[in-house]
Amino acid sequence: MHLKVLMLAALDGDARAYRTLLSELSGHLRAYYARKVQTAADAEDLVQDTLMAMHRRLHTYDVDQPFTAWVYAIARYKLIDAFRRNRLRQTVPLDDAGALFADETEDAANAKRDVEQLLNALPQNKRELVRLTKIEGLSTAETAAKLGLSESAVKVGVHRALKTLAQQFSEKT
Amino acid sequence: MKTDDLIAELSGQLRPTPPSAGVMPLAIGIGAGAVASAVLMIAWLGIRPDLSPAMHTGAYWAKFGYTLLFAGIAFWAALRLSHPGTNARSAIRAIALPIAAMLALGVVELATSGESKSLLFYGHSHQVCPERIFVIALPVFAGALWGLRKLAPTHLALTGAMAGLLAGAAGAWVYAFHCDESGMLFVSVWYTLGIAAVGALGAVLGRLVLRW
Repeated sequence: MHLKVLMLAALDGDARAYRTLLSELSGHLRAYYARKVQTAADAEDLVQDTLMAMHRRLHTYDVDQPFTAWVYAIARYKLIDAFRRNRLRQTVPLDDAGALFADETEDAANAKRDVEQLLNALPQNKRELVRLTKIEGLSTAETAAKLGLSESAVKVGVHRALKTLAQQFSEKT
Repeated sequence: MKTDDLIAELSGQLRPTPPSAGVMPLAIGIGAGAVASAVLMIAWLGIRPDLSPAMHTGAYWAKFGYTLLFAGIAFWAALRLSHPGTNARSAIRAIALPIAAMLALGVVELATSGESKSLLFYGHSHQVCPERIFVIALPVFAGALWGLRKLAPTHLALTGAMAGLLAGAAGAWVYAFHCDESGMLFVSVWYTLGIAAVGALGAVLGRLVLRW
């Protein structure tokens, strides 16, 4: 009721009442947005957006209606609009971030174990070829030098090994 | 900028707000649009030559009343939708009233008239009627969107749809000065189809055009 009295005075052009109204509203809006968005900076941006929006649309308040309904309808619209414009920082609370990383290391460990298992199916010399060229990332020439083979032997060997792996993999799945 | 500074700046800019300011933008937009629609209709199709004898028939006034009532209710709904925190539900539901009433008149006509059913349904202009209403409604539609952008719609697609229905009904009202169909069923089907098409356009455009 108190806010509505200030609003009616503001509609008549009373700048002091309007200033009091806006400061009180900024408090209400800050509390509202603090529950809706992650950071205080985002909440403050929305408070300012909403105050400016209300200022430009004072004539859309219907004096027969509750004043707070008008304020919160605009506040909600500005919140949805900000989400739609994707302007709000999408953040994950720190508590949940740990779980995120744990998941990733677990996945990596699983993948590594799967690769090891597959490689074990190959004979020793081929296993070494695949490990050096595909996992360590050496070039054909480097691998050839390291194992004392010709480059073409490395190429053919890797090719055959991968073919074997692909066959085994499709049998397994 | 700090919020306190913003508040000081905004309160320095305050001007008194006249009570009519919440209605005027939409009323002006529609009024100007309706004038443009009427000019378009007269230049394109012309007013029916038998207008004054037709004004003694019930069919003429049914068309006249149906489209005007439809436009009035859609105007009311659009206005409420663009005043935040105002409930527009009953205004939106009320649009069903003229549609149902017109359809009822059409069904009664179908049951009691001696004319063939297909003539009552199709008239002689069903192929052009909805699209003419759509085209004639466009100036009103543009005016309504212009007005609504100066207000504060919070449900954009719905408000756009109401603007479209309002413009469609106003366009149909203008078109009725040309159209010499006299069947109630014809009006309840083909007029409504033209009006609904503008409503659908409004629902699509609302989200893009009515943001503020």
